[in-house]
Amino acid sequence: MFPLLSDPWLNRLLKLCAGMSGALVLLILIFLVVESVPALSSIGLFSFFSDPSWSPAEEASQGSFNMVPMVAGTLWATLLAMLAAGPVGIGLAIYCHYYATPVMAKLFRKLLELLAGIPSVVYGFWGLTAIVPILAKIHQPGASLLAGAMILGIMILPTVALVADSALFQVPRELIQGATALGMRPWSMIWGVILPTSRAGLFTGLLLGAGRALGETMAILMVSGNVVQHPETLFSPIRTLTANIALEMAYALGDHRNALFISGLLLMIMVTTLVILAELAGRRRYD
Amino acid sequence: MIELQHTGAGRSGGLADKMAGFIFKAMALGVALLFLWLLTDLVRHGLGSISVAFLTEAPRNAGREGGIGPIIVSTLSILGVCLATVLPLGMGTAVFLGEFAPPGHGFGTLVRRSLDVLAGVPSIVFGLFGNAFFCVYLGLGFSILSGGLTLACMVLPIFIRSCEEGLRAVPSSMRHAAAALGMSRFTTLTHILLPAALPGLAVGLVLGIGRALAETAALIFSSGYVDRMPQSIHDSGRSLSIHIYELSMNVAGGDGAAYGSALVLISMLLVINGLASHIAGKWLGKHQMGELG
Repeated sequence: MFPLLSDPWLNRLLKLCAGMSGALVLLILIFLVVESVPALSSIGLFSFFSDPSWSPAEEASQGSFNMVPMVAGTLWATLLAMLAAGPVGIGLAIYCHYYATPVMAKLFRKLLELLAGIPSVVYGFWGLTAIVPILAKIHQPGASLLAGAMILGIMILPTVALVADSALFQVPRELIQGATALGMRPWSMIWGVILPTSRAGLFTGLLLGAGRALGETMAILMVSGNVVQHPETLFSPIRTLTANIALEMAYALGDHRNALFISGLLLMIMVTTLVILAELAGRRRYD
Repeated sequence: MIELQHTGAGRSGGLADKMAGFIFKAMALGVALLFLWLLTDLVRHGLGSISVAFLTEAPRNAGREGGIGPIIVSTLSILGVCLATVLPLGMGTAVFLGEFAPPGHGFGTLVRRSLDVLAGVPSIVFGLFGNAFFCVYLGLGFSILSGGLTLACMVLPIFIRSCEEGLRAVPSSMRHAAAALGMSRFTTLTHILLPAALPGLAVGLVLGIGRALAETAALIFSSGYVDRMPQSIHDSGRSLSIHIYELSMNVAGGDGAAYGSALVLISMLLVINGLASHIAGKWLGKHQMGELG
């Protein structure tokens, strides 16, 4: 049919495809590093956490580049979102498995799948029009760390719940039957048998959720106020690293642009670390 | 899993037991109500602005009036570029990983690991990369082409994973039978394996489309903001997601149109997700959907 595509050629062609796909992550890393390096030499690594503020300029000497408040904003928002979404997500998975009727469980899983697919920009827009005005009534200005953490929490909830749900599927049936035969009540069984057995999978879900929260841009950008400052209270507006890139990339030039690539590199390192931890925690499907 | 309910939930249990049951049910109810609030908000505000004119006309007055016609065209063009890249590259990679790289294959493992890392890269980082590589380095500028290629990098790992699972689901007896008949690997692939793995391919495709349609951050600095009707893939084009962002953040009084656009976007995603779970439910185990979704 295609004489050129006899088997050795097929093998080479497919290997080329796989090589290209595999090299993509390397290419991204190389471009981030190449764009970052000029700033590392002209601004200097030290400036990123010792400069008085974040007021970047095209020339390194005219600006200051303190990223610490934005790193703090990113970490606080992620931490708070995890505190909310972690327990509730795992709780939902437990509800679906052990408390809900089969119909309810099925409905819930459908709902979670649907929610996992809603674009982050829609969550952000809804947060801005529904959540922020309510928070503004409690404490001005509304767009704040708390709003950001709430929207992030809502966004990652389906991820945490769905991964936890598939972790609970992997609890061996014999354990549950054994516990039932011993006359254990549901809660003792969940606390004493099911949660310890599925620990690794649940942890994977939490880490994946945290990775998603760390890397999220649009939702948090739209609701958290975007003031570069250390969050003093829950109601302080904050700016995250991701939001900073999205806001400033449009007009950034020279050293400023390179500084944004450094924050991108930093984000990629943080998220990749979490992903690798998640892979180590959960048992690999391959191999 | 129902046996648990019969053991104690109905009988008089300890206090901790009752409280736990109450808390889990309350959580579920709370979450359901929260999302009901979100969805009714979107439908209630969005439905008013949707009409045939809204779907076909060009935006006027920065998007406050008029419609989203050019934006839908741009969105679909970006998606088209993305899929035209992902389909051949992703299928090639998946076939290599699934059929030519057994577990323990050094190169195959390396590719799998790097795809796992790629799947976790934050979308804004794809945006930075897309801007630096496609727009600046390759000189494609802010264009639908740059945007689609950037999205392709993002969607690739999702598509490959799903394709590979589809290939894995094909029983080995088929491969053995094809080999016994003396079929070449290429013929086996095109006539036996790919048709049998079609559900996996379809699910991967649909999940990839869903991810691409939802994406905003990766597109802002690769496909750009321009809301005119694109003349070619070298023009800048604004996607629906960016349109929602622009209207809600930078255009005072754009909320109505933003709700309308959000509802259009979500409807598109719903249809696609429905398609995915339909296909997945029909051919694949329910289990995989949880992980993929």
